[in-house]
Amino acid sequence: MARLTEHGMRRRSLAALVAALALPRRALAQPVVNPVPGIDARTINTPQGALQSILKGAEMRRGRVLLELPSVADNGHSVPMTVRVDSPMSNADHVRRIDLVSEKNPVPLMATFFLGPHMGRAEIESRVRLNGNQRVTAVAQLSDGSFWFDAADIAVNESACLDGG
Amino acid sequence: MTARIEVQREARRGDPVEVRIVIQHPMETGFRYDSLGRQTPRNVIHRFECRYGGVEVFRASMGAGIAANPYLRFFVRAERSGDIECRWVDQENASGYASAWVKVNG
Repeated sequence: MARLTEHGMRRRSLAALVAALALPRRALAQPVVNPVPGIDARTINTPQGALQSILKGAEMRRGRVLLELPSVADNGHSVPMTVRVDSPMSNADHVRRIDLVSEKNPVPLMATFFLGPHMGRAEIESRVRLNGNQRVTAVAQLSDGSFWFDAADIAVNESACLDGG
Repeated sequence: MTARIEVQREARRGDPVEVRIVIQHPMETGFRYDSLGRQTPRNVIHRFECRYGGVEVFRASMGAGIAANPYLRFFVRAERSGDIECRWVDQENASGYASAWVKVNG
């Protein structure tokens, strides 16, 4: 599991609980497919569960990954995001995958990118939806199996997940 | 599904080639309700893949956390002249395709 601070994890799980209670019942009625057998399906839709499903017990260290997000966004509908990993992208040493985990979105795992040595450069840009002020985490797995991450805090003035958004 | 792909026309062998693609798609989150209160079903492009010279070089599995009209920018290492082909599929099984030719010198 992620070696974030114990206190931070507790506060985050509390935030996830509050977020879950605040969701309308109909939203919760959507089927949740468990992509990772062996991990409790009830936690898969929490940021912790999403991280567990990625790490499967391995440690992740901060570094090598750079996640670029603006510090403030007027609204969360479309926020530019760039993730970059310090890697030669050779056959022997490359990035295998990058996962983007949101702390407050109804579905925490926003996207998974599968990379390989044919890419030449480990850099991906996209636009994401964000539901409120939060910390976004990018986790990269290298070809040696190690996990590295970077996190970025962002203030979102208007959430993407309001009705009509 | 309309999409626009942009790739530089020529590249030197070994250099990373920038691929930019934007696909017209609402990326419905499933959390929206219409004026009658009916839930709009979730429909996102959940799978996107890019092949270069017939080899899969990049794949993305996306959720509702990716903004509407998804945009992706990534790199492919130039090896030989050929097509950079992108394919994607959404949850209603509608699929799309876009490709661009890149000429590799040297």
